[in-house]
Amino acid sequence: MTNISLEKAAIARPSQSLFARFRLRELVLIPVIAVVIVIGSFVSSSFLMPENLLNILQQSSELSILVIAQSLILICGKFDLSLESTVGIAPMFAAWLMISDVSIGGSGIGISGYAGIAVVLATGLLIGLINGLLVVKLRLNAFITTLAMLILLRGITLGITNGQTLFDLPEEFLYLGNAKWLGIPASIWIAGLLFLFFGLMMRYHRIGRAIYAIGGNPEAARVAGIPVERITLGVFIMGSLLASLAGLLLTGRIASVVSSQGQNMIFYVFAASVIGGISLNGGQGRIIGALTGVLLLGLLQNVLTLSQVAAFWIDACYGAIILLALIITRLSGETPRA
Amino acid sequence: MSAVETYAAEAHGINKRFGPIEVLHDVGISIPVGDARALVGRNGAGKSTLVGLLTGLYGANAGEIRLGGKPAPSLGDRQGWRERVACVYQRWMVIPHLTVAENLFLNNQPRNGLGLVDWRRLREESIAVLDDWGLDVAPDLDAWRLTVEQRQIVEIARALLQGSRFIILDEPTAELERREVNRLFERIRGLQEQGVTFLYISHHLEEIYEICRTVTVMRDGRVVANARLDDLPKDRLVAAMVGDFAASGAGRKSGGSTSKAQMTAGLDIGGLTLKDSLEDINLSVHCGECVGLAGLAGSGKDRIAEAVAGLLTPDAGTIAIHGTRTPLGDVGAMRTAGVGYVARDRHVSGLFPLMSIGDNLTTTVLPKLGPFGFVSTSRQSDMVDRQIAELGIVATSGSQPIGELSGGNQQKAMVGRALASDPKVLVLAAPTQGVDIASKDALYRIINAARDRGMAVLVVSDDLDELAICDRVEVIFRGRLTRSFARGWNDQDVVAAIEGLY
Repeated sequence: MTNISLEKAAIARPSQSLFARFRLRELVLIPVIAVVIVIGSFVSSSFLMPENLLNILQQSSELSILVIAQSLILICGKFDLSLESTVGIAPMFAAWLMISDVSIGGSGIGISGYAGIAVVLATGLLIGLINGLLVVKLRLNAFITTLAMLILLRGITLGITNGQTLFDLPEEFLYLGNAKWLGIPASIWIAGLLFLFFGLMMRYHRIGRAIYAIGGNPEAARVAGIPVERITLGVFIMGSLLASLAGLLLTGRIASVVSSQGQNMIFYVFAASVIGGISLNGGQGRIIGALTGVLLLGLLQNVLTLSQVAAFWIDACYGAIILLALIITRLSGETPRA
Repeated sequence: MSAVETYAAEAHGINKRFGPIEVLHDVGISIPVGDARALVGRNGAGKSTLVGLLTGLYGANAGEIRLGGKPAPSLGDRQGWRERVACVYQRWMVIPHLTVAENLFLNNQPRNGLGLVDWRRLREESIAVLDDWGLDVAPDLDAWRLTVEQRQIVEIARALLQGSRFIILDEPTAELERREVNRLFERIRGLQEQGVTFLYISHHLEEIYEICRTVTVMRDGRVVANARLDDLPKDRLVAAMVGDFAASGAGRKSGGSTSKAQMTAGLDIGGLTLKDSLEDINLSVHCGECVGLAGLAGSGKDRIAEAVAGLLTPDAGTIAIHGTRTPLGDVGAMRTAGVGYVARDRHVSGLFPLMSIGDNLTTTVLPKLGPFGFVSTSRQSDMVDRQIAELGIVATSGSQPIGELSGGNQQKAMVGRALASDPKVLVLAAPTQGVDIASKDALYRIINAARDRGMAVLVVSDDLDELAICDRVEVIFRGRLTRSFARGWNDQDVVAAIEGLY
């Protein structure tokens, strides 16, 4: 169809090396991670013990699921700050429905553990739907909308339990968060499989490619026939659904729901995503990059703890290192026009 | 080809309103398959609106649109529109951080048996397409690195890959160099031979004669001519665009006295050069003189205004105010030297809509209103009240938010801000764009008064009414000053010069 009568001498193009195809940007953190591991092994002999490494992975698993969620939303050119509140409210609401004893903060209804899991996911889905409708249909600014949602949901979480911690939850409800499959915590398996699934989807499925297109230039995406609004709404729903799953795993791991569950996680979610190469401007970054961001943060936290930095200084070190990482990633990239 | 498919696009009896304003009145156009149709008209004639309707960006209030012999799809059916018509817009319609290959096959990627994107085939097919077009770029290049020419080719190639045989090109050559234009035309001709239909929008009339067969002329929201270009010489085409009542500049309301007595140097631009947009511009405006600078969008006329305002740094050349050379590319220095500047689009680069009229008027003169950067409110309000009276701004008080005013009064305030520092040189870009008739006259009076006080006034515009107040009009085409008209010019000659016909 396009053979027009120009000179058609094929242009010689170098074939692409594996290295170039994998793009340097996604590998930028690998040497940094290696350095942290080496430092860790000097700091403490227990750092490289399998139990410690599994511990790092398990503690990072809930964060990493949130990072997948936020990455999808960021690549689509939007924001969702309310993810951390969803981590709290979804299991809290389910726990409140499950506990039949009113004196310890339950509703008295006493639904089963399996029904509780369904409630967790349904709550996440509903929150994502509301966020998505507000941002896509009413065209509210995603930042301020989800900030309001963050405060509202946290308030409801406190409100339904008067700030109490809910425990004594059904075994089925806690299972995913504390079970081990083949000697490795189930939450690590789940987080790993989700990374694999979403990494492949963003790369190989047309919906994944459409998300990149929307985040890069929504007008051009619309002209190309991509259903921009429907996909954006779907991304918000998927994000909150993943956040509620992270909440379920966190609850299972600590066998209770505190009213502050998930609080402050959003800062680390953003830090991991951005360090991992996900652009706040949309349309850029890869899930594998986000994974390296999470791993780096998890390792750092562990090394700082093992190195016996005074507990009160850990946050300051953490913040400084995140800033440093951001500066390095900015200097290693370049900014396009438009 | 079946009989029903003889027209690539048809529109009948189209009316289109935006709010209360009807922008298209009973517009009809029929483009046979294989035609190369030009769509011409001056700014505001309704060309973009018609293109928006033909590409399904919005619906008409009345009338029928047919594509390929069938009624147009519903507005929500993007896929349906995409298969029948494609438009290469002036704005970038590629996804900046995706590769060239992926942009070519956007939402249309080759997929394997599992329904997943087949990257190997995507890359191979892209290479075939790029070779076909003789485009020497790597398929893995991020699209934001493309040049304008490459970007347009990628967009045209994408349109063809998606099955569209009717392509609208919206001013494709505005940013291209002549050599690139030639290559683009060669490709368009090749596609024409294969039966692809084109609708070509351009302000450059000489290009239209080069590659189009037929032309549709629009004026004031109506189609005023449909003709074969062979039958329509250039002067008649220009006449159709301008209208039959084209008066001469002298016949219009003259803008006050033309005292050429004092020939004191006001603004002197010497050898101004800017890569890809200006070449050796020499232009002088005397004190008490009003000069019009006319040209198409992208001709470089706005670059000159911005250089004088200090908003951009030219590669070479000098700018002198009252004979004194000024440092280039420094807004503060230019203002100190005595330049008052009114930018083209007050909404983008002028107004602070939520702030008061007074604050908007005095933005540039705050240091004069009190010591150490503190603003004396009484001195400010004295000045504001005086200016509101002088400019004839209709408002409840100086403290009313400027966003509540009509466009004409906002524009008066923008000119007032430029005048507040009592400049020696006043540069105005399209000063009466989008304001009502009464405000236009008021603005002309304000500009004339400034000139009569001895300011050197430069009006950057392609609006004939705005140019009519000028003592002299200089025309810029593709970055060069081409012609100069003294008062008493003929409108058709000026338009022809703006369009690059002579």
